[in-house]
Formats: sequence, C-alpha cells, structure tokens
Amino acid sequence: MKLVGRRFGLMKQVSVRQNTVARAFFSDPKAIAGLTIFVLLALLGLLAPVVAPYNPNAGIFTPLQPPSYHHWLGTTSTGQDVLSQFVWGTRNSMAIGLAASLMSTALAVVIGMYPAYRGGWLDDVMTSFTNMFLVIPGLPLMIVVAAYVRATGPVVITLVIALTSWAARARVLRAQTMTLATRDFVVAARLSGASHWKILSGEILPNMLSLFVASMMYGTLGAVLAEAGLEFLGLGNVNSVTWGTMLYWANSQGALLNGAWWWFVPGGVGIALLGTSLALMNFAMDMVSNPRLQGQRKAKKRGISPANVPKPSETH
Amino acid sequence: MRYVLNRLRFLLVTLWAVVTINFILPRLMPGNPALLMIARFHGLINTQALHALELQFGVTSQPLWVQYMGYLNNLVHGNLGLSLTYYPVPVTTVIANSLPWTLGLAGTATVFSAVVGTLLGIRTAWRRGGALDSTLPVATTFTGAIPHQWLGLIFLYVVGFTFNWFPLSHAYSVGMTPALSIRFILNVLDHAVLPGATMVIPTIGGWLLHMRNNMIQTLNDDYVVFAEAKGIRPNRLMYQYAARNAVLPNLTSFAMALGFVVGGAVLVEVVFSYPGIGYQLVNAVENEDYPLMQGLFLMIAVAVLLANFLVEIVYVKLDPRVRRGGNGE
Repeated sequence: MKLVGRRFGLMKQVSVRQNTVARAFFSDPKAIAGLTIFVLLALLGLLAPVVAPYNPNAGIFTPLQPPSYHHWLGTTSTGQDVLSQFVWGTRNSMAIGLAASLMSTALAVVIGMYPAYRGGWLDDVMTSFTNMFLVIPGLPLMIVVAAYVRATGPVVITLVIALTSWAARARVLRAQTMTLATRDFVVAARLSGASHWKILSGEILPNMLSLFVASMMYGTLGAVLAEAGLEFLGLGNVNSVTWGTMLYWANSQGALLNGAWWWFVPGGVGIALLGTSLALMNFAMDMVSNPRLQGQRKAKKRGISPANVPKPSETH
Repeated sequence: MRYVLNRLRFLLVTLWAVVTINFILPRLMPGNPALLMIARFHGLINTQALHALELQFGVTSQPLWVQYMGYLNNLVHGNLGLSLTYYPVPVTTVIANSLPWTLGLAGTATVFSAVVGTLLGIRTAWRRGGALDSTLPVATTFTGAIPHQWLGLIFLYVVGFTFNWFPLSHAYSVGMTPALSIRFILNVLDHAVLPGATMVIPTIGGWLLHMRNNMIQTLNDDYVVFAEAKGIRPNRLMYQYAARNAVLPNLTSFAMALGFVVGGAVLVEVVFSYPGIGYQLVNAVENEDYPLMQGLFLMIAVAVLLANFLVEIVYVKLDPRVRRGGNGE
C-alpha cells in the first residue's frame, strides 16, 4: 500500500513538472518561432493537394520562366511549375524525414534504452553493437547500401536512413536510462509489480522526455538532410517530387548555366527552414531541461547531463 | 595498458564488421546486383579479371565461407581488385590518387571550422547575453541546417557564374600539370576556396554551440569562481582556467571529425567536381564500379576507426578520470 501511494505521489510530481516545462517552453520566443515555422511547413505539406496550383509533374508550361504572377517560383527546363513542386516536395520530404526519424528512434529505444534498463549481458552486447555503428560513417554507408538496392523509392530511402542513423540516439538514450534505472521511483515501480515495458514507458520515458524529444528533432533534421543528399546524388527515385530531387534536377539540367536561380533556391530554403525550426525548438528545450543554460549564473545543480546539442562530428 | 588493449580489440572488431558489411551486402540483395555489372563488362575485360570479379562478388558455386576466406585473404594482401571505370587500374591506385585532394580540402576546412567555432564559442559563453551571444547561436542554427550541396550551388551561381571570381569546378585548371610551382599552388588554392567555404559555413555552428554549452557549465564550477575571487585576470581565467577544461569534449569531436574528413565531403566534392574520395565514390556508384566503391568505403571507414582509436588513447592522457572508468565509453 505504502509503495503504491508513493508511486501515485511521484506520478503527480512528474505531471506537475511537465506542466512547468511546457509553460517555460512556450514562453520562449525561440520556441514560438520554431514551432510556427514547423506548423506552417507541416500544413503546407498536409494540404499539398489543395494548395499546389498545378500538377508538379506536368511539363505543360513555357520552360525556364522566371517568377511571375502565374508562376510564383517560375518554371523548370521541362516546363513544370516550381511552386507546385516545392509544395509537394514539402509533403514528401517531411513525410520521409519524420518516418525515418520515428523508425530510428524506435530502434534506439529497443537497442539503447531497453538493454540499459535490463543491464547484464544484453546491455554489453548492445553497447558494443551501438559503438560499432557509431563509428561507421553514415552517408557513405547509405550511398553503398542505396547503390546495391536497385529499386529505390521513398520507402527504401526511409529504411536506409533509419537503419544507418539510430546509433547516436541509442547512445544518448542509453546513458540517460542508466542514470534513471536505479532511482527510487523505478525500484518502487518494479517492486509493485509493474512490467518492464510499463516501467520504461510510464516511469523512465516521462522523466527523459525533453531528451527524447530533442533526439527526435535532430533525428528528423538528420533524416531530411540525408534524404536530400542521397536524392541529390541521384540515389533516390528521381521521379518522385521532394526537395532533394528538385535539387538533383536543377543541378543535372543546368539550372546554373541558364541562370535559373528560382529553380534551385526553393528546395534548399525548405530544408534550411525546417532545420532551423527544429533547432530553435530544441534550443528552447535545452534551456528548459538544463537550468545552467538559463542565464542566471547561480543555478547550481549537480548531475545534470550536458546539453542535448549533438557533437559537431555527428550532425552531418 | 589494459585500457589500450581494450580499445585495440574494439578497433579490430569494428574493422572486421566493416569488412564483413562490404562482403555481405552485395550477396544479401535479391538478384545479386554484381551479376548485372559483370554481364555488362563481358568481353570488355579479360577473362582472368572477370573471374576475379565473380569471386569478389559471390557469382560462384563455392560455399560462402570459402568465398569469405578468399575475400579476407585478398584484403590482408592489400588487394582490392581492379577498378572498372579506370580499367585496368587497381582500386588502390585510384584511392591513392584521390586521397590527397580530399585530405587537403576537407582537412583544412575541418581544422578551420573547429578552431574558429571553438574560439567563438568561448567568447559567446564568456559574455552571456552580450552582442555575440544574442546573435551567433541563432544565426548558426540557420547555417547549420543548410544542406551542403545547396550552399555549394548558391556559391557557384553567385560567386562563380555571376561575378566570375572563382573557378567553377575541378581541383586545378585543365591543361595544367601538377608541379611544385607557385603558379600551380596558387591555382589549386583558387580552386579550393569555394568548396572550402561550403564546408566551413554549415559546420562552424556545431563547434560554437557545443563549446558555448561546455563553457557555461565550466564557468559555474567552484574552481573558476574561486579563481575569479582570487583576482585572476579575465583573459587568463577565460582561456587557462575555464576553456582549458571545457574544450575536452570538443577535442574528442575534433579528432573524430578528422576521421570523418575522408568521407564527409561527398556532396561538396560532387557539386564542385573535386577529384577526391567522395567524388570517386559517387562516380563508382553511377558506373556500377562495385570494386572501386567497396574499396573507397573501406578506406573511408578505416579513417574514422583509426581516428576514433587515437582519440581514445590520447584522451586518457588529457583526462585522467577516464583511466579509472575502465571501459572508456
């Protein structure tokens, strides 16, 4: 009885903490700016069939027109409307980025968090496995895998990215899980008979939510960048409309030679905007979860993990 | 000593994993992609080379472990096969020819980016809320999200095409022969400016933010506060006391980044047709030159693994706490 009562008390504490976290997050102008950009891009992508003025693949207009009233972002060398391509590209790129990020986070949970919580030989094996994948360079590995897989499409690209990018996240999540796994409230939950997955999802995960969300955000950014890279190299399905294939066609069809800046600028701006919005939100998240970064030099708490910013060598 | 052996074991196991990935990937794919490649080169290359290709990519009736042993044996003897794009040049020669370009370009860019970024990080953390601190972190979040290939295209368009300030592609002008003359070196530098800038701008923010956050943590430490109270001069306090400890994680990242130099410039090299490792890798993929692709991937991975190994050895010297930790995460 005592244990159960204690557990309820702690759960209450957790939810109270989350409220203040949310309030702190939404009072940060950086977070608001990031969230606004993200929501706008997401809406653009979701409403692509309604918003896009033309069929993105239909090459029915005068080629290489500069931006005009009828074509806000001009046309390509095959007479496609660039704005329509951008709108559909937003939808496809974001979908692939989010899906790949979700998948690799799931892998990170299974390979990083769960073994860290259980400990023992499973943890040893998985840690070595993670460390190995951590040092195998990502983009070259993706290129090699994509080169062998001949029928590439959005699904394959998503899989390739997810399977090659989970390691950094698994490591971060593992480290945090290790520090939480021996805390009193986890032990209490275990004694009260909760199942392992329940403890992981109900006790440990809520206490590392900011880290978890941050790792999702960086994962999405990394996935969108990786996707744009692979497709720029012609390793995706070049007939699908994404930010990456827009850059691929612009580059291979000589947009530069023709001075068609309106053709290659939008794709990159899209990626950079999405990346900035994720980074801004993450920045704010960092402030919330790491009191030392909040400006007052007095905040003195020991044992808080360093900021969620990934190591520079891991970002690209 | 036990620590070093531990790290050495990890190096060898990872190396083995990379080699095995190279071996198993083409055999794993439905309808072995190497078959197509070999069919394409039938009649174009001599039978002996064709047979070697078949062995290398598993188009044979030998059991898998015999193939594997043969593959490992070849690798140990430094035999990576012949490149098909540049037939009959060995893969090792192609790698040897491209490596200096990548090392020179991406290496310089990485060192520059890390040093400048770290220094800026120290300054921004020192003046919390100052002019640098309120602009740089936000500005670099934007630059950090810019895809390399896109920035390269923008540079090409603006600085290359419109103003004609810098050459558009390749490592040196067509018609020049590599020589140790001032004219040639200047030509090479001229060609390296745009791709170099393309690599520095998106990466500098990571160093800055990381250093800033480390620095803020260290500035709160008791020994820094005490030193400040003792009246240590600000500059000395900033660099000799705080930055010196705060830079440790950045040093690790830096050494790792040096390892990633070899394979990290793929996109930029492709945009600028710069004849380095990454450009060759993409070329090999486009030409279905699998032996060259495997060799390049191995080279890229080995660079990272060695850098990682060296970091961990050097880190023990810099941070004695690791020695007690034992397994050195």
